[in-house]
Amino acid sequence: MSSRMAFMLQRLAAPALGVLLAAAPGRLTAQALRVPYETFTLPNGLQVIVHEDHSVPIVTANIWYHVGSGDERPGRTGFAHLFEHIMFMGSQHVPTGDFDRLLEAAGGDNNGSTTEDRTNYFEDGPVNALPLMLWLDSDRMGFLLPEITAEKVDLQRGVVQNERRQSYENRPYGLAQENILQRLYPASHPYHWPVIGSMADLSAATIEDVRGFFRTYYTPNNASLAIAGDITPRAARALVARYFGDIPRGPAVTRPVAPPVTLTADAYATIEDRVQLPRVYNAWHTVKAFAPDDAGLDVLANVLAGGRSSRLYRRLVYELQIASDVVAFQDGGRLDGKFELWATARPGHDLRELQRVIDEELRKLVDGGPTAREVARAQNTFEAQFLSRMERVGSFGGKADQLNFYNYFVGTPDYFQRDLDRYLEVTPDDVRRIARTYLAGEAHRVVLSVVPQGKPELAVQPGVQP
Amino acid sequence: MNALALVLLLQAVDRTKPPALAPPPALKLPAVRTAILPNGLQIAVVEMRKVPVVNVSLVLDAGTVRDPAELPGLATFTATMVQQGAGGRSALDIADEAAFLGAQLGSSAGYDVATVSLHVPKRRLGPALDLLADVVVRPTFADSEVTRQRELRRTQLIQQRDEPVQVANVAFPAIVYGWAHPYGRPLTGTDGSVAGLTRERVADFHRTFYRPNAARLLVVGDVTLDEARRLVAERFGTWTRGDVPAAPAAAAPSLPAAAPRAIYLIDKPGAAQSVVRIGHVGPARDTPDYFALQVLNTILGGSFTSRLNQNLRETRGYTYGAGSTFSLRRRGGPFVAQASVVTAKTDSSLIEFMKELRHVRDEAVPAPELDKAKQYLTLGLPGDFETTGGAAFRFRDLLIYGLPFEYYAGYIDRINAVTAADVRRVARQYIDPDRFDIVIVGDRSQIEAGIRALNEGAIVYRDLWGQPIP
Repeated sequence: MSSRMAFMLQRLAAPALGVLLAAAPGRLTAQALRVPYETFTLPNGLQVIVHEDHSVPIVTANIWYHVGSGDERPGRTGFAHLFEHIMFMGSQHVPTGDFDRLLEAAGGDNNGSTTEDRTNYFEDGPVNALPLMLWLDSDRMGFLLPEITAEKVDLQRGVVQNERRQSYENRPYGLAQENILQRLYPASHPYHWPVIGSMADLSAATIEDVRGFFRTYYTPNNASLAIAGDITPRAARALVARYFGDIPRGPAVTRPVAPPVTLTADAYATIEDRVQLPRVYNAWHTVKAFAPDDAGLDVLANVLAGGRSSRLYRRLVYELQIASDVVAFQDGGRLDGKFELWATARPGHDLRELQRVIDEELRKLVDGGPTAREVARAQNTFEAQFLSRMERVGSFGGKADQLNFYNYFVGTPDYFQRDLDRYLEVTPDDVRRIARTYLAGEAHRVVLSVVPQGKPELAVQPGVQP
Repeated sequence: MNALALVLLLQAVDRTKPPALAPPPALKLPAVRTAILPNGLQIAVVEMRKVPVVNVSLVLDAGTVRDPAELPGLATFTATMVQQGAGGRSALDIADEAAFLGAQLGSSAGYDVATVSLHVPKRRLGPALDLLADVVVRPTFADSEVTRQRELRRTQLIQQRDEPVQVANVAFPAIVYGWAHPYGRPLTGTDGSVAGLTRERVADFHRTFYRPNAARLLVVGDVTLDEARRLVAERFGTWTRGDVPAAPAAAAPSLPAAAPRAIYLIDKPGAAQSVVRIGHVGPARDTPDYFALQVLNTILGGSFTSRLNQNLRETRGYTYGAGSTFSLRRRGGPFVAQASVVTAKTDSSLIEFMKELRHVRDEAVPAPELDKAKQYLTLGLPGDFETTGGAAFRFRDLLIYGLPFEYYAGYIDRINAVTAADVRRVARQYIDPDRFDIVIVGDRSQIEAGIRALNEGAIVYRDLWGQPIP
């Protein structure tokens, strides 16, 4: 039901398939993954990617704007995501409310999401609705501002502030992530603040901010449109040219750059929350999306905490029974990457106990590396996920979204098999080297303890090492 | 569409009105083929060959309606336990093997049924079904594993109380139905019941209800009926029939004769939002008014443009999302309207909720709104059959509620036949504001005075389980 969420944590490559080619013996899939596409760029700079899938009479239009919370200026955190909400408030030829009403009346659905790096939007529905989708999307790309008033900005500000309350403030451990980011990145770094932003900055946003942001970033030359489904490239091209062709090109966009960041010392912090059980978070700097070792870090996360057969689940939850859950993931973005690992204590156990076991298991992995089976198991899990994501053209993580994702990060829309190959090439020695490089030795970390109110003694303390 | 698009290209774009759309595509439903094993296990196979994956769901008459009144949580605990050792494999072996096969193996129980499911690349279907069969037919239920999972559940029940939405999900049915009714008891049990989850109770529950003659197996994906039947017969053919008792014929719950509306406050000091649940007992899945209720709920709270969401989110900004649901089950499930609203607007939100819930009964739905809802339901249907998981979700419903496999072929006509008068009639029949239970999980010190001033009903305090506070 809830719509237009920001997804911030989950940027694990979410691939999706089309025609199958080339034998790959021994793997889960008989053939290589392939998503054939055509691409072209309109004179105004809008890049278009079209993929045919005639299995079901549906279509999706998926737009990525190359702007995210990392492009925000000081005092306006959360603005990229607030703007995403405003994009649904109508445009010059689409009165407020009609965007959703017209799509639903055509049997369609829509959503949008914002990360540090980009903002995406999709409409899914029956194939005959494609002209409507493109009419709606082109109108808000070309003609948003005449319909947007200060009152409409206020309204979506209220919705987004409630999103912050619902997903962060009123959720146990919900404020952990912004506390980690503050300590992992210096104030000047675009990843220093969370995508949702602060309440104060959301309150400060003005309609002038909306106008400036729109003119700077919401231009055809700063976007890519992927269309996938029961259509032909020829028909899609004609419709796109018709609806998007007369939108003027905008100024060239300059994105922030960020020098590599490292922690010079471990950073310990404790926050109190309305929870009964404490949780410890560890976070390290790693590598950007698609950098060497990015896929290896995903494999490492899987070996450590991917499901009930992982090392930390076995030790913490199954054998010692001192934790109720454990999670680990690599999160690589455009400018930087981080690796996070957290575990929640059971009643009667404190976070030092958990942290001691976490460090023991990290050291074992650094010293001995994973077994061949552990790596194969992770690879098989990833491969099956790649395959399943081939089932859907639309929504978040469907084929159209993935074509845009790969186009944005590596410049090749059909990067599905090559992305999977990154995982299949990881060896046990790689995982061991990666664990040593990023999670041990000179690699410092943020250690955040979230404890029940009035119970700071349950936290991990600096200097108390196993 | 090619020719149409080329013609359009020759004209200047007219942005002033939405484009006229070609007729919608026809619904193409995948065929369902069936077989039955000598032990009574019914198999339904839906062939979908786009991607080499297979989705398997085994639906068992082993939901929480089978829980003994004094041991809520037994059905969900049994569903958890079947994966903790089976057929000579340890709990960790099962997790390891599933991951190694790239298989997602799941087991869970809801109110009406339990489901054991598998999503796996076609190439690993055989060994993954070996695993599924072990888990369903030959679980070990070792004492050590029962103890381990019981302790984990104790912790999960503690965590559940920290999460206001989960508190509301437990308290609302408890208040509407009471713990005497299976739909009122918490799915995962209570602090008091956990201790009773013993090896004997679990093994007995499994022995009684995990039987082929009370199960249906749905296979969707890159497989033919013959292949599926062979693979299933090899693994489930020796699963023995049992004398499965009929579902308890507890009186179908109905609205209390004259229960006055009440507002139940569950205190969460410091909460940034109030979690609101408003409703009462509703109809069962077999109601003849099913299609009218689908249309009604789409209009009221089942879509982004529904009245509740438009009012509370898009017009007033009190919430990130508001909606409503008729939980249509084998017996009458709850009707509920819900949202998480900013603490300071809890009373204002209640006013808007009540306004919409009364309005939909009092006035006929305008034609454009009715048409939009019907089109949303009918034109969106083809997309539900795109993936193996999506198709499995749709067909599983038919298995659970005993509906014919041709059901969806008639769906569009049935929805289209719903009139504004039907919508109003079912709104008046199935939504009764005079009998609402209003449950609010929030910061009592901030919200109570405002709610009291509304005069919408007596205020009653309840604990985090929805139970009276002594």
